[in-house]
Amino acid sequence: MSIINWLLEPLSYAFMQRGLIAAVLVGVVCAVVGAYVVLRGMAFFGDALAHTILPGVALGYLVGGGARDSLFWWALGTAVIAALGIGAISKQAQVKEDTAIGVIFAGMFALGIALISTVRSYAVDLSHFLFGDVLGVSPQSLWLILIFGGIVLLVILAFYKEFLALSFDPILAATLRLPVGLLNNLLLALIAVTIAVSLQTVGVALMVAMLVTPAATASLLTRRLPSMMMIAAALAAGSGVIGLYVSYYLGIASGAAIVLTTTLFFLLAFLFAPHAGLLWKRRRS
Amino acid sequence: MYPHSRHLDDQPILDVQHLDVRYNGHFALENITFHLHAGERVAVVGPNGAGKSTLFKVVAGVLQPTGGEVAIYGSGPSGHVCIAYVPQRSQVDWSFPVSVADVVMMGRIAKLGLLGWPKKSDWEHVRRALRTVNMEDLAKRQISQLSGGQQQRMFIARALAQEAELMLMDEPLTGLDAPSQDNILSLLDELQRQKVTVMVATHDLEQAAQYFDRIMLLNRQLIGFGGPDEVLQPEKLLRAYGGRLHKTASGESLALDDSCCSGGEEHVHH
Repeated sequence: MSIINWLLEPLSYAFMQRGLIAAVLVGVVCAVVGAYVVLRGMAFFGDALAHTILPGVALGYLVGGGARDSLFWWALGTAVIAALGIGAISKQAQVKEDTAIGVIFAGMFALGIALISTVRSYAVDLSHFLFGDVLGVSPQSLWLILIFGGIVLLVILAFYKEFLALSFDPILAATLRLPVGLLNNLLLALIAVTIAVSLQTVGVALMVAMLVTPAATASLLTRRLPSMMMIAAALAAGSGVIGLYVSYYLGIASGAAIVLTTTLFFLLAFLFAPHAGLLWKRRRS
Repeated sequence: MYPHSRHLDDQPILDVQHLDVRYNGHFALENITFHLHAGERVAVVGPNGAGKSTLFKVVAGVLQPTGGEVAIYGSGPSGHVCIAYVPQRSQVDWSFPVSVADVVMMGRIAKLGLLGWPKKSDWEHVRRALRTVNMEDLAKRQISQLSGGQQQRMFIARALAQEAELMLMDEPLTGLDAPSQDNILSLLDELQRQKVTVMVATHDLEQAAQYFDRIMLLNRQLIGFGGPDEVLQPEKLLRAYGGRLHKTASGESLALDDSCCSGGEEHVHH
């Protein structure tokens, strides 16, 4: 079998085509938003938020009798409410922020599993929520990913300078009289929408990898935010494609294959990146 | 979206009246009253925890006071974008993926307005600000590759790009070598020529006396505010620094070392 055939064969399936488009779109959106998640040290928040939407998704699943297409809206609603809720709770001083997030996230996650487990033969659907089902993306879901992913990217672009200043120097943002509280909540909401958009591709349990790993890899390769976002997006999109081919030919779960590909890229950059890589530093010292 | 309050020229650039700041019932600042006129240069001195940073943050409108009033040209600080807070270098994430020009451009954000992108004139502002601090050739450099003095001058350039009329500098000289300190101090002269009002928090009383018109001696309360001869009096310094004040061998001048007592213990030298 020639290389061309090897590459084209999976594309003869419509579900593979949709899966590839979904993986690329989700990868790009996650990577761009993920740049801020990495720079602001919000990895744990992102992981927690992804897990916290499970009860909402489960409720939608029960209400809709297992129908998939409406789940996006349940995920979106739960994610936005949970993001703003976690944001508000973490401002209270009684408990440390990461402790508060940990308590809520584990509780909500358990609630989600409890809800889904009331359905007999729930295991398959649960595993799709947890680890994604990119090959099951319907044409309608693909449109939702495209529209909402596009909105996220547009907002990030429109408020580029505000988010940059807020992330680098919150006191500067305040002295420039930027609406700091509003912008912080907007960023939380963007992360929430990103998570809803990505739910079907990677699932809640692997979500944090899409948010953090490509952006972290890019941060080892560049020293400007715009190029960090672009490299992260390219890495994530590439990982989506490579991951799906690996999944197709080796029979590995698709979400796991995509995440493992991003992880491999990260390890390569961690070892070999010019200036920032481990080997470079070794050679220098 | 971004407010611009009008400046009343007959008002002082900064007027602070009976300012209180309390954290959990403890006074961080108590009954502070003073005012500054445009173009003044003031050193703010006092021991660690005296409330220097707190005062700056209240004046910048970043922190709400518990009581009292702060007015910039006659109105509250939250309507003004002419106040720049120059952060302590230790408070900054130097691995952040931005260049020197990126950071200086951040000072222009309020002028750009919502959804605005930098125009040619904004880049010209950035270039001019970098030229003033003598860093034009470092515009493209990533901020982690700067020396301490360059880091400090970059933030002064950002305040210039912001067109700040009041600059609050939090310990800009701390940890710099002597030539870098001289660079910053000569920049202060340039700022004065441009009629920028400057408040500088510092540990170095000798520098404060040598380079500043007026000295503000602070330890939660305002202990002294005036010319160096008037403020650096032994009894005032003792009130500010307590037992941490010690006389030099000659007995003539006073030496202070408030960084020696990080554990809170007091070193009394007789």
